Amino acid sequence: MKLDVRDLVQQFDGTTVLDRLALATGDIQALVLVGPSGGGKSTLLRILAGLDVPTAGSIAFDGQPLPRDEAALRDYRKTVGTVFQAYNLFPHLSALDNLLLPLIHVHGLSPAAARDRVREPLERFQLAAHAHKRPAELSGGQKQRIAILRALVVRPRRLFFDEPTSALDPEMTAEVLEMIGELKALGTQFVLVTHEMGFARRVADELAFIGDGRVLAHGSAEEIFDRCAVPRVHDFFGRILV
Amino acid sequence: MPRWVAHLLVVVAFAALIAVAFARVNYAWNWAGVWEYRQKFVQGWLTTVGLSLAALVASTLIGTLAALCLASRRPLVEAIGRVYVELIRGTPLLVQLLIGFYVIASAVGLENRFVVGVLVLSLFSGAYMAEIFRGGLAAIPQTQRDSARAIGLTPWQTLRLVILPQALRLVLPPVAGQLVSLIKDSSLLSVIAISEFTLAAQEVNAFTYSTLESYLPLAAGYLVLTLPLSALSRWLESRVSFEA
Repeated sequence: MKLDVRDLVQQFDGTTVLDRLALATGDIQALVLVGPSGGGKSTLLRILAGLDVPTAGSIAFDGQPLPRDEAALRDYRKTVGTVFQAYNLFPHLSALDNLLLPLIHVHGLSPAAARDRVREPLERFQLAAHAHKRPAELSGGQKQRIAILRALVVRPRRLFFDEPTSALDPEMTAEVLEMIGELKALGTQFVLVTHEMGFARRVADELAFIGDGRVLAHGSAEEIFDRCAVPRVHDFFGRILV
Repeated sequence: MPRWVAHLLVVVAFAALIAVAFARVNYAWNWAGVWEYRQKFVQGWLTTVGLSLAALVASTLIGTLAALCLASRRPLVEAIGRVYVELIRGTPLLVQLLIGFYVIASAVGLENRFVVGVLVLSLFSGAYMAEIFRGGLAAIPQTQRDSARAIGLTPWQTLRLVILPQALRLVLPPVAGQLVSLIKDSSLLSVIAISEFTLAAQEVNAFTYSTLESYLPLAAGYLVLTLPLSALSRWLESRVSFEA
């Protein structure tokens, strides 16, 4: 994917969260957004995922501009997948029914075809044994992996991860990151917002450091983590990477 | 000790207490006099059941409408819902009944007491239902709506497949509790001379001068209706816990 963001502004009740943000990536598979909390990473991701409409500015994936009206945005959302920090799954449905719901009700598959579609992915990610459990019976890591699978089985063009491990303990974090790593190996395109810097370094084709509603630094993992001269970015890593 | 034994124990102890109290005041029972009017009790009880059922349906509809008003983003619509709910919940049902029957119903030429009674009772109960429904909808976290949008559901599908199935489970127990209140509140319809259960007891009392013999069956008659509802409410509550 080739992302082109220009003059992106997002304001909520007079507060400017994104301030003429601009970002142009190469043709890459994985873009990782890092930076301080409240800096605008998640706001940017929600706009990229077609969940929020920006106040101003333009976005294009592979030269295709993102629409602004809700009907067209819904069609766009059907072609991508989004995984949030927590509570992605619908608690009144089993893990399996969570996977089937978008296939049947959004993508028009028959229940039988939908079941066929999810069987192999459930096996591959060792989730088949948990398919009939309600979300409340699953661990945090299992919940997030089912959520990722739900986004994946509709065969999206790309995935958006909004801090998918921030609500998890280290062990479950590892379990979810491992799955995202596997997706990278399988060729899945994604944009990831994360605080897991080690993983970001490993998985990112390009990294963007977002702070104060702008892209403060953008480049390869080495360029951002090791050689970045921007004081704001340098200080941030100095504080968190001990 | 099993729970039902504990319940039985408490009921027996309570009954014994009441029996002792009655024994001490040397109350002269006159069940024979009241028995002659048993048909009146049955009629009244059936009327109460009918009133309650009609008001149950109507108040659910009114409560749903009012809850939608409360949740509306349009200030005027929200205001209509809010004023209705606060006005009704903040004033006695007795006053609402009197104004509803003697002023509003008379003004529009509505003379059927039963219809007016059901309407006022439904408007009263509907205000409480509205708050229950609004609370149920508000209790569904925003992330559920986000997730629904993210997978491409339409707003209607979101409501039908995601929000309502969860909200319904949340509101069923309090709704069952509200229905218990509704059945008992229907006793106030006696003030506009609807021959329901309470008025039947009042009349039998006036005929026989046997106050307790008239009112004890009244209590029993309401319990027959409300106890199963309470049990249903508790059973529903135990089933809600899909979210540990």
